[in-house]
Amino acid sequence: MDLSVIFKNAPFMLGGLILSFQLAAITIIAGLILGIVLASARLSSKSVFYYPATIYIHFFRGLPLILVIFWLYFLAPVILGTSVNEFTAAALAFVVFEAAYFAEIVRSGIQAVPFGQVMAAHSTGLSPLQTARFVVIPQALRNMVPALVTQSVVVFQDTSLGYVIGLREFLRRVNLTDAREARSVELYLFAGLVYFSICSLGSRASRRLEKRRFEAD
Amino acid sequence: MGIFNYQFDWSVLWQEPYGRLMIKGILTTLHLSVLAWILAVIIGILIAMLRVAPRGSARFLGTGYVQIFRNTPLLVQLFFWYYAAPLLLPQTVQEWMYDNIPNYAYWAGVVGLGAYTASRVAEQFRAGFLAIPPDQYRAAYATGLTPFQTYRYVIIPFAFRVILPAFTTEFLTCFKNSALAMTIGVMETTHTAYYIDSFTWHGLETTTAASLVYLSIAIIIGVSMSALEKRLHIPGMIVRGS
Repeated sequence: MDLSVIFKNAPFMLGGLILSFQLAAITIIAGLILGIVLASARLSSKSVFYYPATIYIHFFRGLPLILVIFWLYFLAPVILGTSVNEFTAAALAFVVFEAAYFAEIVRSGIQAVPFGQVMAAHSTGLSPLQTARFVVIPQALRNMVPALVTQSVVVFQDTSLGYVIGLREFLRRVNLTDAREARSVELYLFAGLVYFSICSLGSRASRRLEKRRFEAD
Repeated sequence: MGIFNYQFDWSVLWQEPYGRLMIKGILTTLHLSVLAWILAVIIGILIAMLRVAPRGSARFLGTGYVQIFRNTPLLVQLFFWYYAAPLLLPQTVQEWMYDNIPNYAYWAGVVGLGAYTASRVAEQFRAGFLAIPPDQYRAAYATGLTPFQTYRYVIIPFAFRVILPAFTTEFLTCFKNSALAMTIGVMETTHTAYYIDSFTWHGLETTTAASLVYLSIAIIIGVSMSALEKRLHIPGMIVRGS
């Protein structure tokens, strides 16, 4: 064990961690927005909305993320007519892919609100928009927050897949450091420890939120 | 719009030697994920038994395993098994492996994917074990069965049927995750699709075809497993799709 290799290369590797965080943040925000749109379409009674959203969700949930990254990496230049950089390609693939997962979390959160609540809201004279705003969404949010936090942890872990198209995020930089220093054991244990510390914070937060939800009920 | 200028050439999918490579890649995806799955179920049962054990130290071990493997990316784990794990072995073993295991990447993939999937399978088994009324354990012990026999003849056959739907989902996740083995050089479906691009510049066609392959296999497995679930269902319990 020679830990000096980690200290010597820490600035280089942690620079990649910032990129991983940025990618995760973009994915979570944009993926959640797209996910909400998809979930609304999937809960719609109109088949023009329902079927495309359902097919979209099943399609991306059936594919490995790594393949979606390659696929969009090849497809994006064909559609846009210009080449895209790694960060854009990765962000695009993550948003498109994770939105399918966010959509299912949002949908089950909304469906967990008893329908009697909607009927009661209507009978007190609330408009559909008011029903959504004051009755359904506050309860649905509380239902889905723990799962959203868990999914965010998964997104953060998934950013490591940017590696495959040469994105210099944290894991790629650890890999490059290893190529230079030939210290695989120390470096990959370090990488594991960094991911573990960040992700277990997220997992713990999710568990605590889940517990609080049960106590509130 | 560029899409109209792109010259599609779907023949890269069946031309020599690319067609053969694709078939080989699909077969590799299949046996890699099945071997990893077998390993995952074996380790997963043991970890789940530790997680529900009465002894605190056993529970700590089981929980630690699940936490470590679930809170690090699979990619880091694969790199660990591929690059770092051999270095932890004695020099003579390393040399023996170097001479006798030519496709080490493949086996690193099986172990890495299996150990990771085990942490997910363990949670499903744990849920299954906890879904069984404690009286079943007590009754089994009271009739003189050993703890091993209790699990073998009473708990596992029951728990297995309770968690079968979750098992299907986990297997499909394992199947999709097998694509990550490409990062350590295993020539499975995704890697083959990418590899053909480097000779033909027609990666769009190969990755599209690979997507359809993953989807069709997932659908076949999904449909046959729900048929199996209906056959094996425990009377009086809710089945999917009934």
